Amino acid sequence: MSRVARRIASIAALAVLTVVAFANGDAQTMHGLPREGRGADTMPNKRVGRPSVGKEEYTRYCAGCHGDRGDGMGENTQWIDPKPRDFTQATFKCRSTPSGTLPTDQDIINTIRRGIVNSNMPQWRPLPDQMQADLLSYIKTFSPRWKSEKPGTPVVIPAETPVTTESILRGREMFQKFECWKCHGTEGRGDGPSAAALTDSKDQPIHPFDFTSGTRFKCGTTNADLYRIFMTGLDGTPMASFVDNIKGDQGWDLVHYLRTLQPIRTPESTLWKTWLATHAAELKPIGPESGSR
Amino acid sequence: MTFQLIVTRAASTGGTMRSTKHMLATPRLMACALVASAIAATPAAAMVTHASDTTTSASRPPAARDASDAYRAYIASIQNGEPAAGANYAAAKVKKIPAFARKYGLRCSACHTAWPELNSFGQAFRDNGYQLKNEKDSPIAQSNGYIPITVRVTPQFHVERATKQLVDATPGDASSGQAERTLTSHGFDLSGMDLWTAGTLWKNVSFVALLSSDNLASFHFEAVSLRFDNLADNPWLNLKIGKFELDNMISEKRFLFLSDNGGVYQTYHFSAPGSSVDFGIGDNQLGAELSGHSLNSYTRYSVAVLSSNDGDPSSNNFSSYDANFNFSQAFDGGKMGVERIGAYAYIGQRPTTFETSDGDPIAGTGSNRKTFYRAGFVGDFFLHKLEFLPYYLHGNDNAWLAAGTGANEPLPDGARDASWNGGFLETHYHLNPQLVFTQRVEAIRMSQQAFSDMPKTLGNIDAYSFGTRWYPFMFSRAGLALHGEYSLVKTVTGGQLPTEGPTINVWTSSLLFALDFDF
Repeated sequence: MSRVARRIASIAALAVLTVVAFANGDAQTMHGLPREGRGADTMPNKRVGRPSVGKEEYTRYCAGCHGDRGDGMGENTQWIDPKPRDFTQATFKCRSTPSGTLPTDQDIINTIRRGIVNSNMPQWRPLPDQMQADLLSYIKTFSPRWKSEKPGTPVVIPAETPVTTESILRGREMFQKFECWKCHGTEGRGDGPSAAALTDSKDQPIHPFDFTSGTRFKCGTTNADLYRIFMTGLDGTPMASFVDNIKGDQGWDLVHYLRTLQPIRTPESTLWKTWLATHAAELKPIGPESGSR
Repeated sequence: MTFQLIVTRAASTGGTMRSTKHMLATPRLMACALVASAIAATPAAAMVTHASDTTTSASRPPAARDASDAYRAYIASIQNGEPAAGANYAAAKVKKIPAFARKYGLRCSACHTAWPELNSFGQAFRDNGYQLKNEKDSPIAQSNGYIPITVRVTPQFHVERATKQLVDATPGDASSGQAERTLTSHGFDLSGMDLWTAGTLWKNVSFVALLSSDNLASFHFEAVSLRFDNLADNPWLNLKIGKFELDNMISEKRFLFLSDNGGVYQTYHFSAPGSSVDFGIGDNQLGAELSGHSLNSYTRYSVAVLSSNDGDPSSNNFSSYDANFNFSQAFDGGKMGVERIGAYAYIGQRPTTFETSDGDPIAGTGSNRKTFYRAGFVGDFFLHKLEFLPYYLHGNDNAWLAAGTGANEPLPDGARDASWNGGFLETHYHLNPQLVFTQRVEAIRMSQQAFSDMPKTLGNIDAYSFGTRWYPFMFSRAGLALHGEYSLVKTVTGGQLPTEGPTINVWTSSLLFALDFDF
């Protein structure tokens, strides 16, 4: 091998090793969760959108499913389950704002970036921020609500409480008390007695989230995202807001319990498995004839 | 022990190791084939036989070789282009896969700036192993009726023209002497066909199997690979094994030119005059590639170890390996778009001697290997709807490879490394997702010939192409593009007639109108 070739090979190998080393540092899993939906997905996007530009990008990226008129009736809609969002209703699942209110711009940007798991909505993370802002501004032209209403005030998420066995057990009681199992199933598999009959706001069948799939959530990945989901609800779906029923730290209890249903390594699941090894017999089963432990 | 030195410009026999696929879209080769008989009268000393470790030449001793031999050998190598191969238009190389659009319900434009060129989202999709990562990637999540197959073919009308082609002075009379003519041909034609199947076998296990044909439906494996994606839940670790396109940031497989002259990047397939290196950076290669990317694919790298056979399983050059390195970084350019820069290096080696059996080389027994490399940088810049694709390559072939000499014998007098610089600037104007205008200017300049007394400009190429593609409809089931293109290439080659100087300029051009469709 010539000297020049050797030199190029050495430089290239060094560069690759550097990248991989850097990447490995970046690759440490957080609580064993999937990498998607973390960090960059919720970075603020302060670009000013341009609806006229956004229209062209919408045609390129979105109209096939959401339709040229934003009514969720693109040419692919007939093949898609769940159905694409109807922007003319300005009803959005993933919000930081109370149920029934418009989401913030950042809420929609976050959805564009992380997509929606188990749907055909991909992660548009590679699109530059300006393009995402342009798309957002155009999406907002489909409903007059964006002219007559303002986004709701984001729900405040308190600091997370420590993960303890007691917190998980309290969360389990809430899972029973608020009848989460009716849709999500006694083991969180999304197979509760009501699951088969659920429909969305357009009378389309809809499936409850299966916690045992181990995937990210529809609206995020972190514990705070999960807390936010049952405080804001998923508008347009049977998943209601529990903001009037669940107060402060109770929300974290439920989050901690739901984490134990996922087949991924989390502090909650580690703690819970340890506790179950010696206390499983103390638990009453979740379901219609059960109550607290 | 008997050795045979394989020097690839075997002018006396008309043989060459230069892959015919390099010639698929170079009409000058088709035309130059006409002059084979004339040059055969002045064979270069290219095939040398070794007996008992003593070098002997089949024609002339190596020391007697000179620059004239080298570039006449170069000309001879050009002559061996097969006319039929020249009709295999590059459309067969270009990739766009509506099977993915069908699977995910996305329009072509979601992944392509103008298909088949990928945009930043399409690049990320490809980097993820043809996955959207929405937990619906595995085939078990798809309807049983879904079969990931795509067919692409391009009916067309084209005009080909080449200057200074050697013909019999009197048609039909081989003894009438030779003259140069400008040859023009035109007519309706077909491209080859791509038969694609690609997708996922399971979550994070993806595959590609691509059968490509010429316009007579003679198929070969253009690409076959299996890729393990996101090893250890880490997008920086993906392993691909098989035959695949090098991780070229500007892909010749997904570009917007189809004509005979414009349908290849000259820089990707250039060989220095007289060199025995059978490598094109645009050719699919056999090997294993480790690659990785950030979540949005703005940062990308790849390292590949490849067999030294230019992706040709029938080659003798097994048992030695090349390496390819790529790195690129993209930036959010705000209102301009996504801007990307990158660098690459390919370091290869080729044997110059083989064990033989009955005089034929035995595959995998190559020895006395010598190196070559290609390195450069590349960009993809957006200025709103205007896209610029600059590309630069520096090539170097070791003196033994450049001179076509076995490394178990001394170099001929005056022999040295061959090196050159090449590159292009391609521009796209994306008026909207359904209409794009393209142009490309390309140049290759020899900076050092294999022999000091060879003409400095021998082998230089200038090329220019422009065209447009209109997509009358765009949805997730199929694609159609109405394609128009003109391309012009000037090649500096060796003088062919006694009255000519050491070099002449040969101009070739293509005019193409095509219906490029896939389903």
